[in-house]
This record gives sequence, structure tokens and C-alpha cells, in this order.
Amino acid sequence: MKENEKELTKQDAFVRDYKRHHYEVTVLRILIFAAFLILWEVSARLQWIDSFFFASPTLVVKCSLGLIKDGSLLEHVGITLFETIISFSLVFLISLVAATLLWYSAKLSEILEPYLVILNSLPKSALAPLFIVWLGTGTTTIIVAGISVALFGSIISFYTGFKQVDAEKITLIYTLGGKKRNAFFKVVLPGSIPILLSTTKVNIGLALVGVVIGEFLAARRGLGYLIIYGSQVFKLDWVLTSIVILCVIAMGLYKLINLLEKLYLKRI
Amino acid sequence: MPNNLLELKNVGYSYHDLSGETVALQDISFGIKEGEFVAVVGPSGCGKTTLLSIIAGLLAPEWGTIIVNNPDGSLKYPRVGYMLQLDHLFEWRTVYKNVILGLEINHMLTKDRLDYVDRLLKDYNLDNFRNRRPSELSGGMKQRAALIRTLALNPSLLLLDEPFSALDYQTRLMVSADICQLIRKTGKTVIIITHDLSEAISLTDRVIILSNLPAVVKKEVPIQLTLQDNTPLAARKAPEFQYYFNLLWEELTNEGK
Repeated sequence: MKENEKELTKQDAFVRDYKRHHYEVTVLRILIFAAFLILWEVSARLQWIDSFFFASPTLVVKCSLGLIKDGSLLEHVGITLFETIISFSLVFLISLVAATLLWYSAKLSEILEPYLVILNSLPKSALAPLFIVWLGTGTTTIIVAGISVALFGSIISFYTGFKQVDAEKITLIYTLGGKKRNAFFKVVLPGSIPILLSTTKVNIGLALVGVVIGEFLAARRGLGYLIIYGSQVFKLDWVLTSIVILCVIAMGLYKLINLLEKLYLKRI
Repeated sequence: MPNNLLELKNVGYSYHDLSGETVALQDISFGIKEGEFVAVVGPSGCGKTTLLSIIAGLLAPEWGTIIVNNPDGSLKYPRVGYMLQLDHLFEWRTVYKNVILGLEINHMLTKDRLDYVDRLLKDYNLDNFRNRRPSELSGGMKQRAALIRTLALNPSLLLLDEPFSALDYQTRLMVSADICQLIRKTGKTVIIITHDLSEAISLTDRVIILSNLPAVVKKEVPIQLTLQDNTPLAARKAPEFQYYFNLLWEELTNEGK
């Protein structure tokens, strides 16, 4: 009985320490953010920095409210989000199909390997002007820019994931009378889902990068356009507001994929 | 005496790479009778797994023939069930979904087959675990699940490639006894690869000894044990056990002399 009580208190102590640790992490995260905001605001107020160039938290909030009121902020954010999600979805689909084909044909993957490596390391912003010439300015160009940033890395990651599946597990499918198609759908695809999910987390960020680059060069709407336009007309509070919103979007999209991952892990 | 179900005649296989050819199997000839339980032993890396893959039809022999003698006179290659060294149960499927994998692949999810799987799950004490994940099972239970997955397709020839080698010694003794009893009951023809001589003697009717590379059949030893009851553990106590052990040991260790 005594022993049991002792065990319980040790367990309680463990739970208490665990909770305290997480509490401390969360509090420190918030404190850093708050300290940053306060320092920014105070420096602007005391004119350590010029609020014309650096804005301030209150200016960012005011600017956001202003942009919300005339309805343009929602439009810019909506456009950027829409383009990002379309690029990201297309990247996911195209990479899945391409990686599947590469997995099916070892020869094809050997032939295409150097091309994939080159296309992956090429700075995609170098392609953006070409896309404008070929596709004009507008949504299509921006979506293509978003795709171009994430696509090749994604294909390589998906394919590497497929290749990492235990060869013996594939043999197992053959011993059960299965064909290559069965090996893919019963082992390779379900066995690579963790890698597909982690690649997806990277891709959604890259798609956003590509879309913003595209909007810099070829848009009349969207946060990328707002940043470029704001910097050209010296409305730097627009620029900083857009950047803050981009941070929020990036975090939101990442959390969304995390949620999908959690749902998947719970299901299995 | 029943006929040979399968007869291998001078079967050979070699692996190729740019530096040359490695002959794995030179001239393998032996027969296996219906309902027989045969062990293949040999030095490690002697091509035992290659031999099993050829019998299973996963690899085509480079030369030689395999003659099929079905009891009903048909020429159809017997349906082969192949158990690999590891259970390879998929963590993303429940135990039940794992054992019906073969049926799923072969589009054989018929009521008969599924009833048979249900019966096996009950017989092998896995019925209460059918909705669990493989990681929740013990090593022995995983092997039994893998066996059900193999048996679900109703193979007439079972090939076991060191199926117990991943288990610790104690579990291994119990599981090998357990699994072989279960297989004996089905009356299937079995070829088992093992490097454990006691296992070979206690489980099987005949031991085929392969030589080093390039492998040939060095000797075939029929096992005749005087037994109280027919369990592998009792077999280890049989008076002839030590004799067979020494015989096999000699054959394997005088390699090259």
C-alpha cells in the first residue's frame, strides 16, 4: 500500500514536471513575441527608429483596419491564399503522378535524374520573367510560379520516399501472388504517407514563396503586389502589414497540414 | 509411398554483375513428396533463399527443370505459400486486414475463404486481436498472423525461409513447435530453410544438406525418431536425436576437406 502511494506521487511529480515544462515553453514564446512588439512600438515612439521606414505595431494595426474598411485587404489576402492553395494542390497531384511513374520505371528515373536535379537547384525566380512573356500577367502566371518553386523538390522527395519502402515487403506482395500494381497500392503508397505528409508541410511554404514572387512581378492584386506597390510609393506601413499577414498565413497553412497529419495518425 | 509432388532436376541459377558471374546453385536435384516436411540446411550464403525463390516461382531457374506431379495428374504448378524471415505485417492495417491481404490481392474475398480465415483466427487464438495493430501482438502471435495470411490462399506447398530466426531463443522454441504442429495438422507439403540443426531434426521428415557456393545437394538425411508423442519438444529428447545432430554437423563442417 505504501509502495503504491509512493509510485503515485512519483507519477504525479512526473506529470507536474511535464506540464510545467510545456507551460514554460508557451509562456516564453508569448513573452518573446510581446517583448518584440513592445520594443518595436517604444523604439518608434521614442524615435530611435523612423516610423516612416519601420512603421510600428499600432501603425500596422491602423493600416490593417484602414485596408479592411475599404475592402481591399480581404481581396488581397483572399487572392494570395487562393493562388497558394491551387499551386499547392497542383504540386501535390503532379508530384504524386510523376513519382509514381518514376517508381514504376527504374529506367525512366535513371534517365531523368540529372534533369530533376538541375531543375530543382535552379533559382525559380529566374524563370518568372519567362512565365510573364509566355503566359502574360495574371493568375495563371502566378500559379505557375508557385508550382515551379515547389514541384521538383517535391517529386524528388516523393520518389525517395517510395524507394525507401522495405524491398522485403514488396517481395511479400509477390509471394502472395500480387503484381507491381498491388505492390504500389498495398505497400509503397500507404508505407510512404508519413514522408508524403512531411514533404507537404515544406511544399505549402514553398508554394506561398512562389506565389509572392509571382505577384511581385505580374499582379495587380495579392499581398505580393501590395508589398511591391507599397515600397514603390513609400507606403511602408502597407509593406510591413503585408509581411505580418504573410507570417500569419504561413503559420495557418502549416497548422492546417499538421491537423491533417494528426487526423491521419489517429485513424491508423 | 506417394509420388514426388515436385521434382527438381539439375536446377541452377547464377547472379550476374559487371565483374562476372557468381554461380549460386550448381545442380540441385531432389524430389519432395506430398505431405512431406523437408528441411534445407547449408552454410550461410549458400543460396538457400535463391532456391526457395525459384521453387516459389519468384525467380526463373537459369537451367534445369522442375517437374510437377500433382496427385490428380494435372500439370498445374501447385499453389505456393511463402513465409519470409520477418512477419512483415503492415502497421497501417489491422491484424484482420493483414491476414486477408493475399485474398484481397487475388480478388478472392469470398465467403468460403473469409470463413476459413475466421476459423484459423479462432484456432490460433488471434480472434480477440483481429482489430488490433500488429505492434500490439507478441512475436509468436505475429508469426501466427503471418502464417494465417499465407494459409488463407490455401497453398498446397508451403515454403518457410527461416521463419523463426527473428525470435529470441525461448520464444523460438515455443513458436516453432507451435507453428509446426499447426502446419502438420493441415497436411501440407512443407520446405523449411533453417540454420538451426536441432530445429531441422525435430521438425522435419528429411534434411537436405547443401554445399558451399556453388551449391549442390551434398546429402539427404531421412529423419526417423522414436517418439512418445509427436511434438518437436519430445523429438529433442528422442534417442536418435544426438546421432542425427552429429551426422549433420559433420557434413556441414567437413566442407572443403
